[in-house]
Amino acid sequence: MMEPRKRGQLIHLLHQAQTQEGYISAEAIAAIARKLKISEGEVFGVVTFYKGFSLKPQGKHKVTLCMGTACHVRGAPLILDELERTLQIPAGETTPDGLFTLETVNCVGACALGPIVIVDGEYHGQVKPREVKNLLVKVDENLDRLKEQ
Amino acid sequence: MKITNIEKLKEKVINSRDKTKTWVTVCGGTGCHAYGCMKVVEAFQEEIKKKNLVDTVGVRTTGCHGFCERGPLVVIQPEGIFYQRVGVDDVPAIVEETVVNKKIVEKLLYRDPQTKQAIIHEQDVPFYSKQKRIIFGNNGLIDPTDIRDYIAVDGYQALAKVLFEMTADEVIEEIKKSGLRGRGGAGFLTGLKWEICRRESAPIKYLICNADEGDPGAYMDRSLLEGNPQSVIEGMIIGAYAIGATEGFIYVRMEYPLAVKNITIAIEQARKFGLLGESILGSEFSFELHVFKGAGAFVSGEETSLMASIEGRRAFPRQKPPFPAQKGLWGYPTNINNVETWANVPLIINKGADWYSKIGTKSSKGTKIFSLVGKINNTGLVEVPMGISLREIIYEIGGGIKDNKKFKAVQTGGPSGGCIPAEMLDLPIDFDTLTKAGSMMGSGGMIVMDEDTCMVDVARYFLQFTQEESCGKCVPCRLGTRQLYEILTRITKGQGEPEDLKRLKDLAKTVKTGSLCGLGQTAPNPVLTTLKYFRHEYEAHIFRHECPALSCKDLIIYYIEPEKCVGCLLCLKNCPVGAISGERKQVHVIDQELCVKCGACLDVCPPKVRAVSKYTGKKKQQILNKEKKARRR
Repeated sequence: MMEPRKRGQLIHLLHQAQTQEGYISAEAIAAIARKLKISEGEVFGVVTFYKGFSLKPQGKHKVTLCMGTACHVRGAPLILDELERTLQIPAGETTPDGLFTLETVNCVGACALGPIVIVDGEYHGQVKPREVKNLLVKVDENLDRLKEQ
Repeated sequence: MKITNIEKLKEKVINSRDKTKTWVTVCGGTGCHAYGCMKVVEAFQEEIKKKNLVDTVGVRTTGCHGFCERGPLVVIQPEGIFYQRVGVDDVPAIVEETVVNKKIVEKLLYRDPQTKQAIIHEQDVPFYSKQKRIIFGNNGLIDPTDIRDYIAVDGYQALAKVLFEMTADEVIEEIKKSGLRGRGGAGFLTGLKWEICRRESAPIKYLICNADEGDPGAYMDRSLLEGNPQSVIEGMIIGAYAIGATEGFIYVRMEYPLAVKNITIAIEQARKFGLLGESILGSEFSFELHVFKGAGAFVSGEETSLMASIEGRRAFPRQKPPFPAQKGLWGYPTNINNVETWANVPLIINKGADWYSKIGTKSSKGTKIFSLVGKINNTGLVEVPMGISLREIIYEIGGGIKDNKKFKAVQTGGPSGGCIPAEMLDLPIDFDTLTKAGSMMGSGGMIVMDEDTCMVDVARYFLQFTQEESCGKCVPCRLGTRQLYEILTRITKGQGEPEDLKRLKDLAKTVKTGSLCGLGQTAPNPVLTTLKYFRHEYEAHIFRHECPALSCKDLIIYYIEPEKCVGCLLCLKNCPVGAISGERKQVHVIDQELCVKCGACLDVCPPKVRAVSKYTGKKKQQILNKEKKARRR
């Protein structure tokens, strides 16, 4: 392969590492840097630039809220408030017990169902703030215990 | 199997099929997936097996039909019977009644909300009948994971024509003559772009399909990749032949897993059929195509950023010129077009530039797919000829505003576009009229807003988006979008200053003129258009601490009207923070200090009672003062 094109594999390799481990570990960065003959700093720079890569391990359950325009005008900010209040973490973080990761995305393109919450890959459409807690308790009963702590 | 004669293959595919067979086609777009359409597909397969109908009835999962509002969608072919909101429980009835007995299941038909009339056939539903689905129409007919389905609807005929009957210059001439303009947003003439790239002399040339569809609320590119990926591939091979490119990339957003999957399958199948790779269809032309999955950065939709991303770097844009057509991927001439643009190419070749250029307006030819979303009755993807008015799209195709509310504005062009007010509903839509209105076509997002949408908050929303997505390379965009966002946030909190109006305008101009790439150059559009058309809303927030749409949390209160409350305890039980007090059959009261303004009380208060109201401005202050006085007593 043409030498400058070798680096073109970088994002692909990072996707692979993230799929395998759930996040990009320091070891993965070192290994990829060696493979592509670039510095670890350069790999790190790319990892932190893109939202799709995480340097931290993710929670057991992934809660994703769509923050696209259609969801926004249909009340997504109220859902975000409620998710953050229930999980007691801001968007982008994982609960200290490692159960839930809360993240927002800019649009999943299922606008007819807005506002949308995706819990572990399952879509929940036209969610109302008062339904949020039930959605979460359904996937993990430990949530109530978490709240009491 | 390498094929050399596409016409023969088409015949073979069609003849190999049992024409008497009934097909149950289920929409398999992301929207319908979210509704659970795959369970419906499984239920059909089981039911058909159970009833021993496997030889006479087939189930086909197709691409997006566009009418997302009514999903999961099922169409029984060849009759074209259209069922909507189909659940697993409806499957036995459909198989028994419609498939076996050829009767209609009334309750699953679409009813016209005005006339209440049930409509049997897909093409008669007003949502579809007003459209012109020349690009998007095949989505509902083909299984995107089976290349033979595409070939059966004249797929790859255009490629054969190009390879054996046309020179590269003739292809470019045809595309130029058609007047096709780039569907990614800026609307540059596609044929001209190709010509510039063709004229460059270089040992290698690349081709890119930009499927990094990042505008929130726009998903037509995804639906094309998911639903008819071969049409995009065919367009790209034709483009490669015209330009002289030997290798291409399709850059897809990582948020679109189904699109990545379907386009990957499509490329493999095209390769197997000899439509990609060495000597395509037995000609002397060779072309290779790869899928590149993005990693979540809005700015990578900008062409120079996108190329940086493919090269394995951070998606920073760079100064133009040199344009990608001169110096693109790894320094070689590169032609980038958007998904929808590529999908237009085979059609133009098949039907001719003269036919194509008859559709649309003087300066914008053909159709455009819009994603009609927000506070609209019929959410979905609509393909209409350029020049149609906003009113026709929103009221005739979209069925008007949700819950009979009043239309306020439509936002087009995503974070780069602007908000168009009710006075301009009769504006014929094309590239130039939208730009003149201060907005832009963008990739075709159309977000409808009603009286409950606060326009200052909408501007704030978009600036929050762009300031987060700004790559940080140039100062005007990095700092300017941040400052715009902070001023707007302050205004929505009721902390705006009279000078803010001028500040916003000045700053917006600086960001527009001083930014390096399209992201920054267009980021202030949502601010500028809302300032232009909805200045009174800004003034209400700043001078009267009032949110006319009753949407900005810091400027409103929820209040239980004592004379209306029946004391049913519903709101009290549903309040997530325990801010409501009261006893059964006694008037409930919201503690304004504790209230987080989630709206749960308003939401659960029975429609017959409607005791919960929202107040802003003067009225809000009056209520707060009254409550304060009562507490003191």
